[in-house]
Amino acid sequence: MKNNYTRWQLTFLVALRFLIGWHLLYEGVAKLLNPQWSSVGFLKESQWILAGFADWVVTNPNILNTVDFLNTWGLIAIGLGLILGMCFRVAALSGFVLLVVYYLNCPPLVGIEYALPADGNNLIVNKTLIEAFALAVLALFPTSKILGMDALVDRFKIKKEEK
Amino acid sequence: MSDKKTDQGASQQENTGLNRDMKRRTVLKAMAGLPVLGLFGVGLLDKRNYDLSKKNSIIKDLGLDSLELPKSDYGQKKSQGELIRVGFIGFGTRGKQLSNALGFMHPDDVKTRQQKNTLNSWLEQEYLDVAITGICDVFDNHAENGLATAGNYTRPGGEAAPKLPVKRYRTYQEMLADKEIDAVIIATPDHHHARIATDAAKAGKHIYCEKSVALHEAELNELYETVKNSPVVFQLGHQIPQSVVFQQAKEIVKKNILGKITLIETTSNRNSANGAWVRHLDAKGNLKPGDETVIDWKQWLGAAPEVPFSVERFYNWTKWFDYDSGMIGQLFTHEFDAVNQLLRVGIPKSVVSSGGVYYWKDGREMPDSLHCVFEYPEKELTLMYSGNLASSRSRGRVFMGHDASMELGNNVIIHADSGSTRYREQIKSGAIDTRSPLLTYNPASQQIDAVSSASEKYYASRGLTTTTLNGRAVDVTHLHLREWLNCIRNGGTTSANIDMAFEEGITCIMAHRSYVEKRRMEWDEVNRRIV
Repeated sequence: MKNNYTRWQLTFLVALRFLIGWHLLYEGVAKLLNPQWSSVGFLKESQWILAGFADWVVTNPNILNTVDFLNTWGLIAIGLGLILGMCFRVAALSGFVLLVVYYLNCPPLVGIEYALPADGNNLIVNKTLIEAFALAVLALFPTSKILGMDALVDRFKIKKEEK
Repeated sequence: MSDKKTDQGASQQENTGLNRDMKRRTVLKAMAGLPVLGLFGVGLLDKRNYDLSKKNSIIKDLGLDSLELPKSDYGQKKSQGELIRVGFIGFGTRGKQLSNALGFMHPDDVKTRQQKNTLNSWLEQEYLDVAITGICDVFDNHAENGLATAGNYTRPGGEAAPKLPVKRYRTYQEMLADKEIDAVIIATPDHHHARIATDAAKAGKHIYCEKSVALHEAELNELYETVKNSPVVFQLGHQIPQSVVFQQAKEIVKKNILGKITLIETTSNRNSANGAWVRHLDAKGNLKPGDETVIDWKQWLGAAPEVPFSVERFYNWTKWFDYDSGMIGQLFTHEFDAVNQLLRVGIPKSVVSSGGVYYWKDGREMPDSLHCVFEYPEKELTLMYSGNLASSRSRGRVFMGHDASMELGNNVIIHADSGSTRYREQIKSGAIDTRSPLLTYNPASQQIDAVSSASEKYYASRGLTTTTLNGRAVDVTHLHLREWLNCIRNGGTTSANIDMAFEEGITCIMAHRSYVEKRRMEWDEVNRRIV
């Protein structure tokens, strides 16, 4: 892929990609390593438009298990995709969707109070929402074909076309 | 901008020449994420080692690494054994709950559960090989509910369960005389418990009796002697110790993690009309159904002094001394049972109670604020109970030891004590932080958790609602009934057997009399009577 970024633009875009990737990968791995982890606690907190969905998940053990599984491995896959620059656009967009779902379950809106202590002080906007939008920005300013596994795939495609 | 130009130049060069050097550079660039992943792996290993070593050192120091949790066979047996035919004496609110726990549900409740999507979890409850074949209630509406419940075949066990006829009995004596009944569940108002249970034991019926076991010393003594000298299996309705959390707490106490326990504080707080036993009105504020045409009032009164029919007394009987002992009988009994199951404290040497009617001034006799102090000089500990019906502030149930305190609810939370002798070194070195739990027990994973994340610590303090066995959420009342039925079939002792019931009964009668008579009550161990 043609690199139209300046060195500084590329540096910070890739750094942001690594940082978010690292964060999501560890969130997934931590859940995987903790046999006690379940999304029940989080879903029980759900109060806004997804409260009905969360309730449905919590009351159906099979669905809950599926959600837990998808959540853990989804986070790991997205994290790896971001760090390695592999299937980057899919990873970034899935990450965006996942984080928006997290946000919509527990948005810090005026009048909604949560039992679980929040990380910092938030009004409507919180770090989950910011991270989601950062992922959307990364998807629009891709770097994986310059620094990442996707470059190999690209190169492979070019070669095929040349033949 | 100059940056951009050089970069673009470089990439143009890359695109024009396809030499080996270029390929190598592409591969190198493609691998840019690998060092990051390597760093991640190093960090992860480091964190994992740190967590494990911290967890292991605390668990080892406490001797919890060899902790053995009892394995449950719940849900593993297909059939429990021979069918047991159960009769219900009293089918009010508690009777309904007990029938659900036994595996029976009223068709209306089945519909409600279907709508709420909670029916399946109930249907997955273990089939106990029982049939409700008799209902006895002095109130026609309750009796009809009971008949509809017993005859509903939407239940665990399903179509395979035997379909036996259900009979309504006008008096409990008729039911006890019937050979078609093997066991009875007594869920009447409290003033009937001891008499019905005694008669049931005499008739050779197994007994599951709701608390409180008795209101007077004489009837308790008679019940105790009768059950002791008969082969029937007796279970008092204290389902809380069926929770796996309790077995865990027992192990923790056995391992002496708390040090010497000298004070146990138990509490109950409620703050609603229903919680204060104002129950004669429905949700819209209308009087609930019931008059002398559908209620056998004379039978309802039983041995209690004769008074004219009153819907209020019928529904709110807990407010009067003739029928109950209020917070002691309804709430403290559970607290006492919890403590007695864990420490087997038995009957206290002395009890002092104090309180009054301070909020619910509706003509009741029963105090709405009540505090009792139970002394155990031989065991060198004090048990306190404090109940209030006009504030719902949760105060928990705490066992206070010299080295640590244990809060026991739907889970176990243990805090090391800053003045502890045993943990002095670890507290000094920072290995133990007295501000956060030393141990929590998560019943869902059946694992001791020494170091957990902030949110897990938080959930531990909030507690869970049902107990978890082999990965399934299970109603504790169901387990309590199951234990009773297992003992009927296979022998063995129930957890709330007649000895436990006697100790609890005497303790409660002492506490109640202390409040009523405004004096300190003592237990004469030699003559086995209250003085």
